[in-house]
Amino acid sequence: MKHKAMRLLMAVAAFAAAMAALPARAVEISFYYPIAVSGPLTKIIEGMVADFEKANPGITVKPIYSGNYGETLAKALTANKSGQPPQVAVLVASDALTVIDEDAVAPMENFVKTADDKAWLDGFFPALMMNGRYEGKTYGVPFQRSTQVMYWNKAAFKEAGLDPNRPPANWDELVEYGKKLTVKDASGKVTRWGLIIPSGVTSHWFLQGFTTQNRAKLTNDSGTETYLNTPEAIEALQFWVDLSRKYQVMQPGIIDTGAAPNEFIDGRAAIMFHSTGNLTNVKNNAKFDFGVAMLPERKQRGSATGGGSIYIFKKSTPEQLDASFKFVKWMTSAEQAARWSIGTGYVAGRQDAWNLPVMKKYAQDFPPAAVALQQLPYCAPEFSTHDGPRTTKALEDAIDASITGTKTPAKALADAQAEATRILRSYKR
Amino acid sequence: MTDRSSDDVQSPWVGWALFLPAAAFLAAFTYYPAIATLIESLFSNAKAGRAARFVGLDNYAAMIDDPIFWNALANNAWFALGTIPASIGLAIGMALLVNRALPGRALVRMSYFAPTILAMVAVANIWLFIFAPQIGLLNMATAWLGLAPHNWLGQPSTALASVTAVAIWKEAGFFMIFYLAALQNMPANLAEAAAIEGASRWYYFWKVTFPLLMPTTLFVLVNAVVNAFRLVDHIIVMTKGGPDNASMLLLYYIYEVGFKYWDTSYAAAMSMVLLAILGAVAIGQFLILDRRTHYR
Amino acid sequence: MSVGAETTFQKVLETAAAWMLGVLWALPLLYAAWAAFHLAGDSTRFDLAAPLTWKNFAYVWAAAPFPRYFLNTFLLVTLIIIVQFTLSTLAGYAFARFRWPGRNVMFVLVLLQLMIMPDVLIVENYGTMAKLGLVDTIVAIGMPYFGSAFGIFLMRQTFKSIPRELDDAARIEGAGTMLTLLKVYVPLAKPVYLAYGLVSVSYHWNNFLWPLIVTNSVTSRPLTVGLQIFSSGDQGIDWSIITAATLLSAGPLLVAFLLFQRQFVQSFLRAGIR
Repeated sequence: MKHKAMRLLMAVAAFAAAMAALPARAVEISFYYPIAVSGPLTKIIEGMVADFEKANPGITVKPIYSGNYGETLAKALTANKSGQPPQVAVLVASDALTVIDEDAVAPMENFVKTADDKAWLDGFFPALMMNGRYEGKTYGVPFQRSTQVMYWNKAAFKEAGLDPNRPPANWDELVEYGKKLTVKDASGKVTRWGLIIPSGVTSHWFLQGFTTQNRAKLTNDSGTETYLNTPEAIEALQFWVDLSRKYQVMQPGIIDTGAAPNEFIDGRAAIMFHSTGNLTNVKNNAKFDFGVAMLPERKQRGSATGGGSIYIFKKSTPEQLDASFKFVKWMTSAEQAARWSIGTGYVAGRQDAWNLPVMKKYAQDFPPAAVALQQLPYCAPEFSTHDGPRTTKALEDAIDASITGTKTPAKALADAQAEATRILRSYKR
Repeated sequence: MTDRSSDDVQSPWVGWALFLPAAAFLAAFTYYPAIATLIESLFSNAKAGRAARFVGLDNYAAMIDDPIFWNALANNAWFALGTIPASIGLAIGMALLVNRALPGRALVRMSYFAPTILAMVAVANIWLFIFAPQIGLLNMATAWLGLAPHNWLGQPSTALASVTAVAIWKEAGFFMIFYLAALQNMPANLAEAAAIEGASRWYYFWKVTFPLLMPTTLFVLVNAVVNAFRLVDHIIVMTKGGPDNASMLLLYYIYEVGFKYWDTSYAAAMSMVLLAILGAVAIGQFLILDRRTHYR
Repeated sequence: MSVGAETTFQKVLETAAAWMLGVLWALPLLYAAWAAFHLAGDSTRFDLAAPLTWKNFAYVWAAAPFPRYFLNTFLLVTLIIIVQFTLSTLAGYAFARFRWPGRNVMFVLVLLQLMIMPDVLIVENYGTMAKLGLVDTIVAIGMPYFGSAFGIFLMRQTFKSIPRELDDAARIEGAGTMLTLLKVYVPLAKPVYLAYGLVSVSYHWNNFLWPLIVTNSVTSRPLTVGLQIFSSGDQGIDWSIITAATLLSAGPLLVAFLLFQRQFVQSFLRAGIR
């Protein structure tokens, strides 16, 4: 009898031990990410996710490629409205106010508990945190950020009698160099323009280069007011317009943002302003020696920051929120930030990433990669207000009208300011 | 030929039974969401800390005050005027050309129809390439003719015309197919009778062919009107409504307001207006023309 | 015997016109083909000596799980065609040959659906799919399109054009409603079915926005969504890659059309009471 009871007891004990050893049921989170750079980068994301799962066995991450930035936002918010939001998503940094107003995202401060967490949150570059801050809290942390940079064609510079290692340093030099670099053929048709600056989609971002250099602040910090037609802002837009209409160093009319790199790579423009995210494309395809530098200054150097930040969506279970935070911390940690930056050409968002040996070597072997980093101290946040897409459109319509000559910059910006004020009326408290 | 529509079978059960399956799906995925949209247009948007509240016709009032809405509507009218007659005319012409024995007919037919089977999103990229200021095919052609280069999509004066051209290119082949099917179904004895009477080809076309094609024309016309408002994929890729709203079309504006500004109640209101316009035009056409159409 | 005295000159003129229009219409595709088979640098110049290359296609093929996307798209359009044909035939028949209470009102409602673009109803339909538990399935992509006003309208017009004498003949032979439909109406409408099929397949093969919203994984994602990866902005447009991707995805459709063209013509010859 005792024997049997002993055996029973041991069986129960063994069973209990086995049950205790079973891992807790895995928490599953979904991760929407856009690709604004083409192709095989999905493999890198999947690699990063796989490594995260290895280090965190209780968590499964489902990475979902969701189109470009606009499509990712549309998908995330549609899913959010239908009650099935993602847990984590990469969205444009300046979309922060939009998703906050939709009550979709949670601030990082909800999750920061340990000293380690705090060090993580404090380790990002301040310039890149500006767009994510609202009412003292942080809603999106930098994941794939960028700034505008100036690319120049060294061979073309040599041809024009300019020092190939000395890019234009300010607005006046930009015009001067532009004139020397513009080449016409026998019939007077331009075969190479001095400059190319995109004015298609995201033209506001390119305007912000000029306005930041001219010390024109376009919005207040809480996103409830805009200052689009200050004299400094008008001057900035006027200069951009003059480049094609007055100085004739740039093609007239709207210049498609996606097509601009091809114009530069094929030698039809000698200097290009564009995102640092184009670095890999230019490096791989340009058949000439090229340089990358900060944008020319006026009263100061300057650009707007751009690119995507990573957000935590709030309508999830507590376990999912926890897991999401772990995932976000991991994806933006120094090693992963370095890995993503080297793979894409975007700027790694934290100093300790740049301190890693692999990044130091990368910056040494390929100095253009560090230009955006050097420009960060002079950068302004990307244009963002409540009802941001609407006010941005008003601004971009003004840019369109000025560049095509339908309105003067002063009138266009005045109209835009009136429109923006009307849009923001209900947000002023 | 007599009108035998009185010979339609009088049978509520069979009629409804045949219609019901299609009706069920239409109800679930079109009518129910459409009514939900109508209701939504009467409320404000739900935002953080502010639930949606009934605002009656406020969204419609805002629409009347919105210059971009009127701009989009005007552009759409021009766009329709540009695409509908041109694509239908070309479709009939193409169908007639391809209906007869022609060397290389299969190839020609395929090149007329090919635009239809390509994704608009994809062809828009090809056209972007064609319209490109310096390297594009169109500017190469104008340069060859000695004309100055032009930024077709980047100037307000030509942006709308350019996207109209793309739409015509895409639509003509689509309508051609239906005309081709109808032409094939035309009785041969009519042609013989006309030949005996010595009718010229023009006369034959206007007095015989075209009237007999009316059922198809009616069908094509309704679709053309709808498409003039529905085709915005190329706007998404090529101009995004610019420059400065020169190529802004109504459905694209609705999409922007709904999925970029997330002002879903205003988008709902505009959707209702769009529906009303199309409904009135299409149903009007149908009622007028269906009576005049000769069925067999 | 042909109508009117048609001179050889007229015939040549017409042939020339057909050809010129054909070339004009095919130009964009030819241009795309040129760019797809050349490297990015050569794509914008028309140097006949420039080297042809498969690299763009290889790159596109490697960058996304194409075979799976093709399969998904194929399953999707097949499902949609089968259901649409069935439902539209039944409903079109009801409108064309039967009188039932509410028929005209229903037809007006059907016409109205032509004007309601599914894209505008995306948010609501996504909610419905979520409730049905069908998000991220191929069925979910197709379901909102099963009831097709276009199809119902088309079949109604087509069935109405079929001479009643045939109906009478079938009735004399003792055929009931469904048999008449299957043996008389459907076969005669074959060219129209082909046309409808072509149109529906190409619409759904190329549909983008709704599939983007309602699918998440490779197992349900169709071609258009999978290919979007190449059209995106920050890195600049690579014309060679985009045109290669376009041709790769449109390829099967173009080939199918070439094949079906012959069927198309043959069915015309065999159809009809001549």
